[in-house]
Amino acid sequence: MDNNVILSVRDLDVKFSLRGRVLHAIRGISLDVYQGESLAIVGESGSGKSVFTKTFMGLLDANGSITGGSVLYRDQDLARFETEKQWLSIRGKEIAMVMQDPMTALNPLKTIGSQVEEAVLLHRKCTKEAARQAVLDILTDVGIQEAERRCHQYPHEFSGGMRQRVVIAIALACRPKILICDEPTTALDVTIQAQILRLIREMQKKYDLTTIYITHDLGVVANVADRVAVMYAGDIVEIGTCEEIFYDPRHPYTWALLSSLPQLGTRGEELYAIQGTPPNLFYEVHGDAFAPRNPKALKIDFVERPPYFEVSPTHRARTWLLDPRAPKVEPPEQIKLLRKGGGGSHGRTP
Amino acid sequence: MAEPREILLDVKDLSVTFGTRKKAFPAVRNVNFQIYKGETFSLVGESGSGKTTIGRAIIRINPISGGEILYKGERISGRISRELDRKITKEIQMVFQDPMASLNERAKVDYIVSEGLYSGERRPSREEREAKVARALSDVGLLPEFASRFPHEFSGGQRQRIGIARALIMEPDFIIADEPISALDVSIRAQVLNLLAKLQKERGLTYLFVAHDLSVVRFISDRIAVIHKGQIVEMAESEQLFRTPLHPYTQSLLSAIPLPDPRAEKGKTLRVYDPACHNYGETKPVWAELEPGHFVLGSREELEEYRTRLT
Repeated sequence: MDNNVILSVRDLDVKFSLRGRVLHAIRGISLDVYQGESLAIVGESGSGKSVFTKTFMGLLDANGSITGGSVLYRDQDLARFETEKQWLSIRGKEIAMVMQDPMTALNPLKTIGSQVEEAVLLHRKCTKEAARQAVLDILTDVGIQEAERRCHQYPHEFSGGMRQRVVIAIALACRPKILICDEPTTALDVTIQAQILRLIREMQKKYDLTTIYITHDLGVVANVADRVAVMYAGDIVEIGTCEEIFYDPRHPYTWALLSSLPQLGTRGEELYAIQGTPPNLFYEVHGDAFAPRNPKALKIDFVERPPYFEVSPTHRARTWLLDPRAPKVEPPEQIKLLRKGGGGSHGRTP
Repeated sequence: MAEPREILLDVKDLSVTFGTRKKAFPAVRNVNFQIYKGETFSLVGESGSGKTTIGRAIIRINPISGGEILYKGERISGRISRELDRKITKEIQMVFQDPMASLNERAKVDYIVSEGLYSGERRPSREEREAKVARALSDVGLLPEFASRFPHEFSGGQRQRIGIARALIMEPDFIIADEPISALDVSIRAQVLNLLAKLQKERGLTYLFVAHDLSVVRFISDRIAVIHKGQIVEMAESEQLFRTPLHPYTQSLLSAIPLPDPRAEKGKTLRVYDPACHNYGETKPVWAELEPGHFVLGSREELEEYRTRLT
C-alpha cells in the first residue's frame, strides 16, 4: 500500500433489505483517499454517496450490510468490524463526521459547552478542568467569540452558521485524522456557506486533516476539493483532480451534471436538462447505469458495464466512449465554455 | 424598455409586523416595488430577511400592518369584498419550496390538484374536474393516469410538478414561487426551471420568485430586488444588478455565489457586509433611482458616491 494512502476501499458492495427485497446501494467501489487531501464526492440524492461514507464509520442502518470488499484504515479492515466496541475506537477518534443540518445535530436540552465537553471526555483521559479549557480552546478555534459566555448557552441561542461551527468543534474535539462533511452547508445561506467552507479549510490545515466532502453543489466542490469523485447509481463513474473534472470531464453523466447548471445557462434559452430519473437499484443494472438517460448512448452501453479507462494517472472514467474503438463524441457546448475559463456569460463582477 | 408596461402588482410602503407593543418585530419595513405583467421578478435575501413574508402578505396569508398592495389597480390588502377575495384566490397562486412537505400525504393526486376548484362559487361536476386535472397534469409533463396515485409514489421533481399543476388548474395570472427549486437535485432543477419558463411563454404568466441563490435567479428573472432585514436595499434589471452592484450588501451576496469553476472559485475574495459601514445616525437613508430602473437605498453621501461609480 502506498504510504500516502490513509483509507483504501476495494470492491465495496453494500446491500439493503427492504420488505423482502434487496437494494444494491453500492456496486463495487474502489477508492484511495490520500493523507491530507480534500476529496469531494458528488452525486444526486439516491446515488449512494452518503451510504458509501457511512460504511467508514459503521453507521449503516440496521437493514444494510457490507456484502463484499474491504475498507482498509491503518491495517484494519473496517468492513469486517462487528462489535460496537471496535467501532468506538474509530468513530470520532479517527474518523469524525459533520452532519448536514446543524439544527438537528445538536441536543436542544443541553448547553453548547456540555455537548462539546462530552465529546472531549469520551475520547481523552483528562480532568474536568482540563476538559473545560479544551472546550474553550476549540470553540475559539472555530470562530466563536466570547466562548466563556457562549458555552453556557443553548443551541436555540445560536444562529444557523454558529451552530454549524459548534458541530465542527464537536467533530474536531477528539482530533480525528479524517473528517467527513456530509452536505455541510446546504442548510445555510450563501454568505454563511462561504464562511463555513473557509473555516473547514483552515481547520484542515491546522490539524493536518484529510477531509471528505459529500455534496451535490458543484460550486462547493469547485471551492474546496483537490480531487472529485462523481457518483451515479452506487458507483463512481469518474474520478480526477478538481481541474480535470471541471475542465476536461469525460463521462456523459459528468457532462450532463455540469451543463444543467443554471450558472452556465443563457437567459431566454432552455437549460440543458437530464431526462428521466436515476435507475431503480432494486433491479440489477445492466451495462452503463446512465445509458437510459443518455441520448447519445452507444449500443454496448446497454449490454456491458464499462471498465475504468485511464485518461491521466489521476483521472479515470467508466465509459465506453474512452475505448479506442468508440466513435468520437464531442462534449456539450457549455463544457467547452467552462474549459475556456469564462463560466459562460457569467464572468466575475468587479 | 421604452413603452410603459402594464403594472400587475403594486406594493406601496408595505410593512408587516409580528407581535404587538413591546414584542413587536418588524419583519418587513416600508417596501416598495412594482411587478409588470408578463415578467419574472425576484426577491433575493438571506433567511430571516422577510422575503417569504412579502410573498405571503401578497396572497393574504400574513396580515399587513402598513401600506397597501394593489393588484390590477385594485387594493387587495386589508378588508376586501368577497368577490374580490374569490377573484384573487383564483388569479394568484403559490408554488411552495419543499415538494416533500407541501403535498397532503393522505390525499390522491387527483384531489390535491383539484382542491382549489372547490373554492369557487360553483362546485365543478365530476367530469369537468377530471378533465381539468388531466389537462393540468399533462401541462406539467405528467401522465393523466397519475391522478389516482399518492404523493409518496413520486420523486422530488415529479412532486414539484404536481405542486405546479395544482397552481395551474386555477388558470392564474400571477404565480408566487417560494424557493421552488432549492429542495430539488441539480439534475431535476433544470427540468423544473425549463417547465416554468415554458409555461410563462405559453400563457403570459407573471412570476414572483422568492429565492436565496443569486446564481439561479440571474438565469430566470427580468428584475431582481435584494432584501436585507426587511428592507429592499437595491433593485435593478438583472444584468444591470450583476454588472454594477452598488449597495455593499448586494456586493457581499454576489461575492459569495458559488462558481462551478475551480480556478475562479479558489481565487475569489469574499466581501463581508457590515451594517455599521453606513452612517445613518443623522440622515435617514432614502430610496433613489440612480439610473433608469436601478434603485438603491442610501444616505445622501452614499448616493453621491454610487452615482460616480455608475459614470
